[in-house]
Amino acid sequence: MNMSTQETDGSPISTDVRTTENARADRPDETVVATRGLDVYYNDDQALDDIDIEIPENKVTALIGPSGCGKSTFLRCINRMNDQIDAAHVEGEVVFKGKNVYDDDVDPVALRRKIGQVFQKPNPFPKSIRDNVTYGLEVQGKDTSDEDVERALRGAALWDEVKDQLDESGLDLSGGQQQRLCIARAIAPDPEVILMDEPTSALDPVAASKIEDLIDELVEEYTVIIVTHNMQQAARISDKTAVFLTGGELVEFDDTAAIFENPSDSRVEDYITGKFG
Amino acid sequence: MSTETDPGPGITKGSGTQADQIENRRARRVLFGCAVITVLTTLAIFFVLFDNAASYFWSSRITEAIFLGEPFEREITFTEFFTGTRWAPEHATPAHGILPVAFGTLAITVGAAFVSIPIGTATALYISEYASKSVRSKLKPTLEVLAGIPTIVYGYFAIAFINPVVVGPIADALFGINVGRYSMVSGMLVVGIMTIPMVSSISEDAMQAVPDELRNGAYALGATKYDVSLSVVVPAAISGIFASYILAVSRAIGETMAVTLAAGFNANITANPFSEIMTMTAYMVSMARGTSAVGTVEYQSLFAVGLVLFVMTLSMNLLNDHLKRRFQEEYQ
Repeated sequence: MNMSTQETDGSPISTDVRTTENARADRPDETVVATRGLDVYYNDDQALDDIDIEIPENKVTALIGPSGCGKSTFLRCINRMNDQIDAAHVEGEVVFKGKNVYDDDVDPVALRRKIGQVFQKPNPFPKSIRDNVTYGLEVQGKDTSDEDVERALRGAALWDEVKDQLDESGLDLSGGQQQRLCIARAIAPDPEVILMDEPTSALDPVAASKIEDLIDELVEEYTVIIVTHNMQQAARISDKTAVFLTGGELVEFDDTAAIFENPSDSRVEDYITGKFG
Repeated sequence: MSTETDPGPGITKGSGTQADQIENRRARRVLFGCAVITVLTTLAIFFVLFDNAASYFWSSRITEAIFLGEPFEREITFTEFFTGTRWAPEHATPAHGILPVAFGTLAITVGAAFVSIPIGTATALYISEYASKSVRSKLKPTLEVLAGIPTIVYGYFAIAFINPVVVGPIADALFGINVGRYSMVSGMLVVGIMTIPMVSSISEDAMQAVPDELRNGAYALGATKYDVSLSVVVPAAISGIFASYILAVSRAIGETMAVTLAAGFNANITANPFSEIMTMTAYMVSMARGTSAVGTVEYQSLFAVGLVLFVMTLSMNLLNDHLKRRFQEEYQ
């Protein structure tokens, strides 16, 4: 495979950073998800420490940092998937469109219908491709049509590859296709925000670059918040970057270009230049 | 090149590993011997069943015919055996139609399945998906206790409680029927209850084996626990769930003590769930402890019935294997 045709070549990070001419960068930032004083504990271990962040709408926000710094935990706070973990305990506020999602009157089921999630390992259901895509609509009791399936699969850049095998199992697809199927599944109910937890880390470089291209398109309609271990990926695809460091601390949050070219915190500079982490 | 002149780097046979290798071979023989015992036992049972069943139909066992030269004479025809509707080998006017006792077994099995499959599956779903840790830690041992109760105790439970306290008053109140000491429905209930733990624990294991990634995928789409249970967990665990059903049905077919005490000894084909019936196993119990002399047609009927029972449970096991393979292909 000649990798020079892909955007994953080894050029220096700074030249890959999204330029400010980009149309998206000119949009005014409307906050869609914000946290105030967010602390998360697993039993007595603190995973996130007093996180304040405002994540803009229709942009890609990357969360980077070393293993165990709480990036994924942060992501799971937004759609309250931490509720599934018995030991997790959340304090502070996570505000989605003006409403604290940890308020007593919030139904996490309703919240998750507005905020989709794509996981690290592709996890299609052992069902047909069609049933995978329509699952989110079906649990909402909505009628589903072939158009819904086509729209979601086109949105996930998978339609042309699977349009003749919609009734075959989603598990028969390759890893990269499975992950795009999971993205189609997430966008089919038309959420506002899509959370992605290292969505390319289990994929080969070609499949990963397809997902990256796809994220670039998704952000036209959705807000994308992506956890990644791959700093080049964060630099390539994100508008905003949040750097978490060990101890669950949000060290710096700024435009991606600023983070990678001129970080204000020396620990961030050390991290992105590979001095630790 | 010989090892005497050139010992080499010490990796040839006899480089101080003889004792280890001998130990290894000895262990292999012991393990193999134990494994063979089960195979031999199965073959021996199968052989004894066939051999004796032959004498029921043809007056001589196969071994008697071969080694003693005894002639085969038709005793019971297959037509009578498989299509006769009266089962009374010991009666003054004997009849050898297996249908009444086969009906008894099938009725109990089907009735028990209607109890154990819904309750067992629901229990498994509750424990696997809904129950909190503390509830689970109490429920699971309780089910294990239920599974560990000797079947004779279930039998007395049926005869002392289910039939007189539950079935009797209901039959009397709703239908005006006077229920005797035994009833078909009491047998169905008690066998159903005893096989609940089988369904629930095996199904629950299968549900627990469904990866959490699938559950999280569904929860993240705004699915409720109910959605996740029915549309993700159950389909993904279906081969294990079916396996539990088949094991429970096999157990119900072969169940003896409880069903004998609950359903009784009166071989008849009836649609009345409150009447006494007899299963194949109940017949075998009454015959084995009865007064008929060994070798008589009445006594040898034991083996013919046993053989039919064996074939029924064997086919359930084969069905189980078949379903397992089929669904594993689909859901892996």
